Amino acid sequence: MTDPLVRFDHVAKSYDRATLVIPDLSFEVGRGEFLTLLGPSGSGKTTTLMMLAGFEAPDRGRILLEGRNIVGVPAHKRNIGVVFQSYALFPHLTVAQNVAFPLSVRGRPRAEIAERVTSALAMVRLEGLGDRRPAQLSGGQQQRVALARALVFEPKLVLMDEPLGALDKQLRAELQAEIRRLHRELGVTMVYVTHDQEEALALSDRIAVFDEGRIRQIGPPQTLYDHPRDPFVAGFIGENNRLEGEVVGRDEDGRLAVRLAEGAVVRAEPVDVLPSTRRVLLSVRPERIALAHAEAEDLGAEALAASVVETVFLGDHVRIRVRLADGSLVTVKRPAYALDARLKPGARVALAWSAEHAIAFPAEKAEARRPLVAGRA
Amino acid sequence: MMRQTLALVVAAVTAALSSASTARDLTIVSWGGAYQDAQRQVYFQPFTQATGVRIVEDSWDGGIGVLRTRAQAGNQTWDLVQVESEELLLGCDEGLFEKIDWARVGGKDHYIPEAVHECGVGAILYNVVLAWDRTRLQATPTWADFFDVQRFPGKRGLRRGVKLTLEIALLADGVPRDQVYALLRTETGVERAFRKLDTIKPHIVWWQAGAQPPQMLGAGEVTMTTAYNGRITNANRAEGRNFGIQWRDSLFTIDSWVIMRGSPNRDAAYRFLDFAKDPRRQASLLPLIPYGGTARGANEGLGADLLAVSPSNPDNLNVSLMIDDAFWMDHLDRLSQRFNAWLAR
Amino acid sequence: MIGRGRVKLEAALLLAPLLLYIATGFVAPIAAMLWRGVSDTEVPRAFPRTLAALADWDGRNPPGDEVFAALADELVAARAAGTLNAAAGRLNSDTPGLRTVVFATARRLARHVEGSPRAAILAADPAWGEVETWGALRRAGATPTDTHLLAALDLRRSADGTITAVPEEQRLFRAVALRTVWIGYLVTLLCLVLGYPLAAALVFVPRRLFGLLMFAVLLPFWTSLIVRTAAWMVLLAREGIINQAFLTLGLVVEPVQMLFTRTAVLVAMVHILLPFMVLPLYAVMRQIPRAQLRAAASLGAGPVAQLVRVWLPQTLPGVGAGALMVFIQAIGFYVTPALIGGGADQLLPFFIGFYATQTVNWGLAAALSILLLVGTLLILALFGRFLGLAQLRAA
Repeated sequence: MTDPLVRFDHVAKSYDRATLVIPDLSFEVGRGEFLTLLGPSGSGKTTTLMMLAGFEAPDRGRILLEGRNIVGVPAHKRNIGVVFQSYALFPHLTVAQNVAFPLSVRGRPRAEIAERVTSALAMVRLEGLGDRRPAQLSGGQQQRVALARALVFEPKLVLMDEPLGALDKQLRAELQAEIRRLHRELGVTMVYVTHDQEEALALSDRIAVFDEGRIRQIGPPQTLYDHPRDPFVAGFIGENNRLEGEVVGRDEDGRLAVRLAEGAVVRAEPVDVLPSTRRVLLSVRPERIALAHAEAEDLGAEALAASVVETVFLGDHVRIRVRLADGSLVTVKRPAYALDARLKPGARVALAWSAEHAIAFPAEKAEARRPLVAGRA
Repeated sequence: MMRQTLALVVAAVTAALSSASTARDLTIVSWGGAYQDAQRQVYFQPFTQATGVRIVEDSWDGGIGVLRTRAQAGNQTWDLVQVESEELLLGCDEGLFEKIDWARVGGKDHYIPEAVHECGVGAILYNVVLAWDRTRLQATPTWADFFDVQRFPGKRGLRRGVKLTLEIALLADGVPRDQVYALLRTETGVERAFRKLDTIKPHIVWWQAGAQPPQMLGAGEVTMTTAYNGRITNANRAEGRNFGIQWRDSLFTIDSWVIMRGSPNRDAAYRFLDFAKDPRRQASLLPLIPYGGTARGANEGLGADLLAVSPSNPDNLNVSLMIDDAFWMDHLDRLSQRFNAWLAR
Repeated sequence: MIGRGRVKLEAALLLAPLLLYIATGFVAPIAAMLWRGVSDTEVPRAFPRTLAALADWDGRNPPGDEVFAALADELVAARAAGTLNAAAGRLNSDTPGLRTVVFATARRLARHVEGSPRAAILAADPAWGEVETWGALRRAGATPTDTHLLAALDLRRSADGTITAVPEEQRLFRAVALRTVWIGYLVTLLCLVLGYPLAAALVFVPRRLFGLLMFAVLLPFWTSLIVRTAAWMVLLAREGIINQAFLTLGLVVEPVQMLFTRTAVLVAMVHILLPFMVLPLYAVMRQIPRAQLRAAASLGAGPVAQLVRVWLPQTLPGVGAGALMVFIQAIGFYVTPALIGGGADQLLPFFIGFYATQTVNWGLAAALSILLLVGTLLILALFGRFLGLAQLRAA
């Protein structure tokens, strides 16, 4: 990446001088980019954000903002906007005074402040609420005020720490759209922390998946979804079925032939699978699995026989849980319109997927770390 | 029916109570504590031994209200009560006490004149004196010296209150004892007293409880203080202090025995008062507690050390001034207000 | 809908013991006490007919024979009934000497009455020939009366009804009221100056130190007021610990007078009341999210601006609540100034106690209580108006 806005260079951080929360972190944020730090709680994403904001100091390494090392520069001199999950609005000031705060501490003339506050409030669609107190606003409105306040002084970089965490689902979707719009219109660089993978997928140019203080994978949402680099990422972003198997052969094009525990042999794309590796873990997205009310033989050699455990209707789609011969459970997701009325519990079905949608990870690597959150509905 | 039953019950209870009260022993009420212990040793037990009349003791903390309530209750359970001079005056005015038949207690001339009252027989005499610590001050100060902080630097202890403070101010200003109250009844006299107090106002430490003056003297907090003579003598006896007492121009008062009106044990009460009038018996109280007897001759034959601490020793008594409670009953309200205003300035 | 009435009834029943307790143990005694400040019961109880006959007296000449006749009867009756002392005491607190006049007259009349009641009474004491004596009687006989309230403001009503200031040398209560407010103000200010940083420290120190500090703040709560006051007496005495230390260190040549001074009163009162300032402040400060300071920093506010513009304003409700608690308690202080202060350091409550117990002038004591209570309510009202009781609730 040429001329990044932010660069973390071998940053390490410990709170107790014994265990490293962040052992060695390096990544870059491009100008105008929307980067999301995604990970379970305790994965180091918030610590990373706090170091960038200046509320925490790294033990080692450099943090560069426009090429300048900002380690040691106090937060109030970094000119970085921050939006907190708790909003952190000042309850003793009106909405307008809150938004004016960064301008007034910078000693801007009154007329300019008034004008910019008005346009900032218009930008987050809170015209006319300037005289209210924060406590008189709804949660969504309060977060809009916090957004306006973090943007009004036109920082090059805005950080958001789970800003929608306290809102309900509908408001969250609404504000996600709002944040996307602001990012698009203002062209400001944003670094966003969340543990909600859907939110990350919806907002980001790129996502950095954090686990145990390390970035497991960083890239555009679709790359992470379709080509996870390890089982953790595969499990954390979107939903995944995991099936244990044994390598029984390799194609010339690099694909593996894997014998599943229930007996069938399927083909899969290997990721980091060495020639010596025997045991692998297959990862298959529920929506990539084809399902038919039939005996397995009808679907060909790579089809698996299963019986329906339950069918859950979810409006736009149906989730079907099936059990394989060895007893392992597999989730299949089908469009609701395609639902076969015969798929009642106990019905015999056949499963199949194309080889490019099955990813094989070495089993040892998978066992080393299973994601805490396997996907959110 | 109901009413009749009630009346019967009331009658029965009343009868029981009244028969109990006529049969009860002579009840004597005093101040309790070390003083009543001394009284028991000197008067109560010898009296019962000598006469066979049994005594029931009680104690109280003073207050005319208590006596008034008991007098109005109709059923008198106290016979002989030791009261302060103010209660003597008030209770006598209100008719709470029997008039004393002096012939039955040895005649008025048996006592010093101050101990004789229409309603009470003087029991003990005690003083508010000028006291100082001889180990710190080698002099025998007077009230004039008390007000002279040039010659005798240091703080002065006075009881917080207008009573006695004005008398002391006038005595210090050279007013003879017998003219103090006459002068205080005039605006000129009161004004003169306050002007005298002005001269040492910043040097005064106000005490409130009788236990404070010996403590303040002992701690060197004050150079001189007013104090109850008993407290000073006790400090010298019990704590080995060497505090001095100035009897000249000290102020004394008398606690008296009164017989409650309607007492069924009037005769026994008179027998006790007659027994207690013996001067030598009264003198035997002094080694226990330094209060003066009221019978003439109560100080005869005493050793020099007891004479020195006896308030009724004629040498001490003749140079003292009796506190005029009648004056204070009339003027306490107004002069307190003025004193508080003066204090607040 | 079904149980609404019953729920209310149950709630009322559950609260009944408390309400009964408050009514009988708190409201009723206070009301009775305050009532004494505007009522006079002693003289009307003893002389009801005399007062009735005195109702249309002109106040310029001694009253008519029927008044004397009623007084003669009632003096004797009251003496026998035991109500005379209270009445005489009440009259004496109005005009010194009237106690003696009343009792002497009653005793003379009880013995024998010669000639007309007027002649007998005047013979017993010529004071009954003076207008002011009767003025005192009428003043002390009215309910409701403003006599005590006026006295509490250094005013009095003369026989003809005009209100005048009492003579210079008798004036006391206005100065005392001012002093009470002034000392309350000083104590509050000192508590704030000392308590504010302390409360802030409680919020910001590490956990270990917090326990120790909080213990130190709460310690005074576990010791009685009198014990703490006595401790100050020991410390500040002429040969007390502080003076000994000063002498040993050679800071002073002879002991400094500390006890019985205004400074000593302030020191002890501040010590006793400090927790009442610190705790509300701490409660408010603790509730200010740390994220707000971070937000302020991210918005460009340096440490000073964070403190002054974000933190300080949000602690104001705590300042208000603490100041209110300390001030109201300070102006009600009795024991500490009485034991540690000099004559010119006594607050209003001292005089309430003085008139209630020393001169048994319940009317004046009650009137002074009213003065204190009204003052307190006034401060509460002002506080509610300018700072908002909602903020008090927050604290």
